[in-house]
Amino acid sequence: MGITSVIRLINSGGYEMSSNRTVLKNMGNFIAFTGPSLLAFSCVLLIPFIYGIFLSFTNYSPVTGSMDYVGLSNFAKVFTDKQFLQQFIKTIWYVFYSTLLCNLVAFTLAAFLTSNIKGQNILRGGFFTPNLIGGIILGYIWKFIFSNVVTLIGKNTGIEWLSTSFLTDPNRAIWAMIIVTVWQYAGYLMLIYIAGFVAIPRDIQEAASIDGATGLGKLFRVTIPLMVPSFIICFFISLSRGFMAYDLNLSLTNGQPYGSTQLASMHVYQKAFQSYKYGIGQAEAIILFIVVTVVAVSQVLLTKRFEVEA
Amino acid sequence: MTKRLKTGPLLKHLFIYLMLIVFIVPFFLMVNNSFKTTEQFINSPFSLPDRIRFENYVDAFQKLNFLNSIKNNLIITLASVALIILTASMAAYFLVRHKWKINTLIYAIMVASMIVPFQAIMIPLVSIYGNMELLNNKWILIFMYMGFGQSFAVFIFHGFIKNVPLEMEEAALIDGCNKMQSFFRIVFPLLKPIMVTVLILDVLWIWNDYLLPSLVLLSPAQRTLPLSTYSFFTTYSVDYAPLMAGIVLTIIPVLIAFILGQKQIVKGVVQGAIK
Repeated sequence: MGITSVIRLINSGGYEMSSNRTVLKNMGNFIAFTGPSLLAFSCVLLIPFIYGIFLSFTNYSPVTGSMDYVGLSNFAKVFTDKQFLQQFIKTIWYVFYSTLLCNLVAFTLAAFLTSNIKGQNILRGGFFTPNLIGGIILGYIWKFIFSNVVTLIGKNTGIEWLSTSFLTDPNRAIWAMIIVTVWQYAGYLMLIYIAGFVAIPRDIQEAASIDGATGLGKLFRVTIPLMVPSFIICFFISLSRGFMAYDLNLSLTNGQPYGSTQLASMHVYQKAFQSYKYGIGQAEAIILFIVVTVVAVSQVLLTKRFEVEA
Repeated sequence: MTKRLKTGPLLKHLFIYLMLIVFIVPFFLMVNNSFKTTEQFINSPFSLPDRIRFENYVDAFQKLNFLNSIKNNLIITLASVALIILTASMAAYFLVRHKWKINTLIYAIMVASMIVPFQAIMIPLVSIYGNMELLNNKWILIFMYMGFGQSFAVFIFHGFIKNVPLEMEEAALIDGCNKMQSFFRIVFPLLKPIMVTVLILDVLWIWNDYLLPSLVLLSPAQRTLPLSTYSFFTTYSVDYAPLMAGIVLTIIPVLIAFILGQKQIVKGVVQGAIK
């Protein structure tokens, strides 16, 4: 064995060793850096999510302790549960109107706030304030307002439909939910729209004005097409939050009167934690998840088609 | 044209400030009536109080178990947010700097998981942690927030770290720093602006969250502010005045924080949404 091959052997051995060491070191670093994050993420989100899919095919109930595979029968039960279907339609209705109105109000406020208005900080802060407070407290504030203040105004002014509470009328109670939702999120969405307005290049605005575009024409032909990204974000936020609404629902109406305002989220909660039907509740939750995903993603894809380059 | 220039701005201001009044009247009503009796509120909610009734606040303070609730809120929020920022920034850093297949997969799973609503997780979550008898423990709740907060925070940090230049880290590695040291000495301090964004959004979320703590924290002593507000309202629903004082009490800390950091908070909220 010549000296060169010894050197080569040592070299290659050394190389292999250092490569092993690199792999070990990389592994160590991988565990040190991503370990805590992955552990929490898996234990809290990933594993329960997968387990949840499994649960929806069982008749699991913590009371009876049963846990048998029942195939798709939970889903069949959900789709024939009249109450759930009604409340699901109500939820879609609520999401539709609250998304529409939230964005309309937010966009209008943003348009005003970006047109040389004095007192920016107070205005932005004031409109945004409801967003700082949790849905439980917001709901209780408006419960007082709907049941005591609005009715009093109705009685004093003689306006019939205001003099009885929104919250006791099955037709109007959902509107109470929508009004408070608009109040809650309009200021938040407004901030996003303001960022969108500010991002429109000034020269495009000026060019449009020189070409004779004014007022509404400019708004629809120039401003709105350039703000499509803001619309995508705001619709996404209001749609997904609408489908998930729970806190406000609990404190403002608690599903009353006669379950007319019980939204899908609350239905899932009650199915699981009051009727102790975890399997059916989870099947409902999965249907809710699929609907939210489909609606939110198709909204993004649809709205993207209107996007133009500045 | 000249006429329009004069009345236009005035009308604009009038409209927007009227809207502002509509938006903040509910808060005014709560503060105003928290100093009156329930009867005065029912008869004339808009009239100013004849005298300041602090007894409503004393009552609410006790029934909300205010100090204990706010202490629970502070511990849970601060610990959760600190853990989220620490672990998510470390993970994001590693995922950005090592383009391994497994890292790409992890990142993709995390981003995709952001669309999963809490309602799709809550039943299996309660069933798993309940079976292991881990509920009714605020440290488990903190761990849960840490898990739920990961994907968004990793996503935000990932976007930021991508644009942090490598040179300084390479220099540090040559100088004998290991990976951990070079992260904490060089990259971590650079993350400050984006950390503020994550901090603000997560504090707003965890401070006000109701559903998750209502499932995890079962004993009254563990209650956070949203939980004790709920139990206060469901237990003493007849006497309105102290309830309104309770609402004002729970809002005040949030308002103070907002007034102190309005600029940062508004910036953080917008950045978190646009990213």
